[in-house]
Amino acid sequence: MLEIGLAHYLGVAALLFTIGVFGIFVNRKNVIILMMSIELLLLAVNINLVAFSSYLGDLAGQVFAMFVLTVAAAEAAIGLAILVVFFRNRGDIAVEDVNMMKG
Amino acid sequence: MLQVIAFYALATVAVLSAFLVVAARNPVHSVMWLITAFFSSAGLFVLLGAEFLAMLLVVVYVGAVAVLFLFVVMMLDVDFASLKQGFLSYLPLGGLVALILAGEAIMVGTFWAETHTPAASDVTAMPANMNNVQALGHLLYDEYVYFFQAAGMVLLVAMIGAIVLTLRHRPHVKRQQAHIQVGRDRKTAVELQDIKPGEGIG
Repeated sequence: MLEIGLAHYLGVAALLFTIGVFGIFVNRKNVIILMMSIELLLLAVNINLVAFSSYLGDLAGQVFAMFVLTVAAAEAAIGLAILVVFFRNRGDIAVEDVNMMKG
Repeated sequence: MLQVIAFYALATVAVLSAFLVVAARNPVHSVMWLITAFFSSAGLFVLLGAEFLAMLLVVVYVGAVAVLFLFVVMMLDVDFASLKQGFLSYLPLGGLVALILAGEAIMVGTFWAETHTPAASDVTAMPANMNNVQALGHLLYDEYVYFFQAAGMVLLVAMIGAIVLTLRHRPHVKRQQAHIQVGRDRKTAVELQDIKPGEGIG
């Protein structure tokens, strides 16, 4: 318990990932919280990548974590833009009506 | 010893604030807790020896993504109380799935970490004579340069996409049109009217 090893970091990442999934389950109506939950999932993945990278002495994991960060930022930008447009058209952000985006 | 205390403090703060992100009633509070979660995760990255990624997390997430979320939350005039409905009805199933998932993931992680002694991999080993930023830079600009360019393209497409999505032309807005204003001459600007006595301009 007093020696911090790989398993500890994996545990933290697992808890964060679980909280992200839990957030998607319980906040099914609020798209903003849904997107924050997705950010939490990606953060958990990043912690896993960096922990393995550090304990295996392999830097490629950190490079990969950087790319995950990039994609997460792009996803947040596009998602929020879609959300703003959707709100402009509907005046609401309820997820039940999202299938109107099929056009 | 100090590292152990730091790890447990940062991990506890990260997990608690992550839980408050999904449980908070007010989305603005959710964003604040998200910032806290990212900040303490950056602390965990420092403990792991990934200083550059820690700083990147603070700059990109706390500085950009979280502020973007904050903008959108405050810009949209949404009744968030109605969106919170159904929270309690989804809670039992969600909690059960979350518990199972957490148990399994922690079990797998612990088992893997116990049975595999982390041996130094020779794929892209960390150079001993460089710090983290230097080593990452060498790796990123040498071996992963095409992926780096691709990441730049992803960001460019995301930027253009966000602009294209949110741009709108409103028809009845008066705008300044410099070329028309400058191109006005005497013929279009001045008109001679012959006004009869006792009558106004009709």
